[in-house]
Amino acid sequence: MDIVEELLNHNKLALAKGITAVENEYDNAVEIMTKIYPRTGHAYVIGITGPPGAGKSTMTDKIAKEYSKRGFTVGIVAIDPTSPYSGGAILGDRIRMMDLTADEKIFVRSMATRGSLGGLSQKTGDAVKLMDAYGMDRIIVETVGVGQSEVDIVKTADTSMVVVIPGMGDDIQAIKAGILEIGDLFTINKADRDGTDKLNIEIEMMLELNPEYHGWRPPINRTIASKGIGIEAVVDSIEEHKKYLEESGKLAEIRKARTKSEVTAMLNDRVNRYIDEKVVNTKAFDEQIVKMQTREIEPYSVVDEIVAKVLK
Amino acid sequence: MAIKVLVAKPGLDGHDRGAKVVARALRDAGFEVIYTGIRLTPEQIAEAALQDDVQVVALSLLSGAHNTLFPKVVELLKAKGLNDVLVLGGGVIPDADIPGLKAAGIKEVFTPGTPTTAIVDCIKANVK
Ligand code: B12
Ligand SMILES: Nc1nc2c(ncn2[C@@H]2O[C@H](COP(=O)(O)OP(=O)(O)OP(=O)(O)O)[C@@H](O)[C@H]2O)c(=O)[nH]1
Ligand SMILES: [Mg+2]
Repeated sequence: MDIVEELLNHNKLALAKGITAVENEYDNAVEIMTKIYPRTGHAYVIGITGPPGAGKSTMTDKIAKEYSKRGFTVGIVAIDPTSPYSGGAILGDRIRMMDLTADEKIFVRSMATRGSLGGLSQKTGDAVKLMDAYGMDRIIVETVGVGQSEVDIVKTADTSMVVVIPGMGDDIQAIKAGILEIGDLFTINKADRDGTDKLNIEIEMMLELNPEYHGWRPPINRTIASKGIGIEAVVDSIEEHKKYLEESGKLAEIRKARTKSEVTAMLNDRVNRYIDEKVVNTKAFDEQIVKMQTREIEPYSVVDEIVAKVLK
Repeated sequence: MAIKVLVAKPGLDGHDRGAKVVARALRDAGFEVIYTGIRLTPEQIAEAALQDDVQVVALSLLSGAHNTLFPKVVELLKAKGLNDVLVLGGGVIPDADIPGLKAAGIKEVFTPGTPTTAIVDCIKANVK
């Protein structure tokens, strides 16, 4: 099967195989990405993050259905953590999205974090591009929002939505530092629970104290995702944010910055691999390290020498 | 590269303990397990297998409907062009039904009391 040709021809199996190729770094991955790149840039990417169990997958399922109802095609990348002990993972997001398999306009892909986090954001970005080239209008990336790594992944998105739930106690304090800056939209899910009003006030206050926002003030929506309540308003807010970014020229800015950071990461990766191969994994380098132990030589001139020789 | 396994329960059977035990054991053996839960149609299972490009589909049934549902899943996988996917079955399945299931394309069938290591070994032996 010619993955690129078939993918551009709207073959779902080719899309699935293409994502596997980039995920597993198969030999043909770079060739595939090279060929599809010109066909990307049309999809609008939405990042959904928040604490474990907040209802992100349930919400993603409902948002995808709402978009489908509005006539859009939707790709979903649902990311769950790899177990640091076994290297295996249980990817449980799909369990909330099984209905979507019946919708020809929707494609869901589960992905494990697989340890290397820098690598993950690149792979997520590539999976998104493959879905984009396939012709998806909207692409949703779901990640568990606990740390910097997830924040990085959300940076592959044009609009980032943070899902929170009432009754998290002090958790809101713990997550707010990192998460506040990335939220273009806040959604209080499980609004059927006590504490919704209190949480709403807390988020309002956080936003009030943050001087970062000019032009766009993140709306706070309330949902009961398990019942599909409040989803239309969330989709409306996403589309309003999109419109705001487009009309203010910010979308072009964000995407330019993203391309820059993607290419920078690719360059860093390539240079690191090159240096590993040409320098770090050589016997000569080992010998130099040994000589440093007895202070026969010092590292600063060695680095200068290597850079002059290898990276000229 | 991590082997991807879809664990699914076709039909109306709600016994999900075995499927969850298997899912966890496979994760602990280093596989990436897509757990899809209960009450699925064969079509949902086959389509999820396609989109996640899994190497293994592991079906669990304790209700007695395996003779119709397991072969149906195999048939739909083939119809979608997934010819190399390893399909395994497990649960409460009478010995007499096993040859028929194997003939229908279920590579191996695991009944109650199977140590999960046997399932892990089977996957390792049959995938690449
Ligand atoms: C616990 C249990 C329940 C629990 C289920 C809890 C749950 N969430 O899972 C409850 C009480 C809810 C329940 C309800 C019912 N049950 Co019940 N239940 C059992 C029981 C006692 C044990 C099942 C179990 O959990 N075993 C432990 C797990 C770990 O083992 P396992 O599932 O067999 O899995 C192992 C292997 O089979 C294999 N395996 C399983 N799946 C897979 C998949 C793959 C791919 C692989 C490789 C391996 C594999 O690996 C596992 C590890 O070794 C069995 C009897 C029995 N001894 O099997 C009856 C049994 C399955 N139940 C039965 C029945 C009839 C029912 C009810 C219809 C009863 C009723 N009239 O209300 C309901 C229906 C429930 C429903 N919604 O479908 C019958 C089924 C009869 C049949 N097949 O013809 C059984 C066989 C009892 C009997 N002898 O009559 N049940
Ligand atoms: N009460 C209530 N429960 C909900 C609501 N939305 C989702 N749930 C339930 O919350 C649980 C977790 O939902 P998921 O959608 O899996 O949550 P998640 O954030 O994707 O979870 P992880 O991916 O594991 O972090 C499920 O049992 C849902 O049915 C809601 O609005 N109200
Ligand atoms: Mg989830």
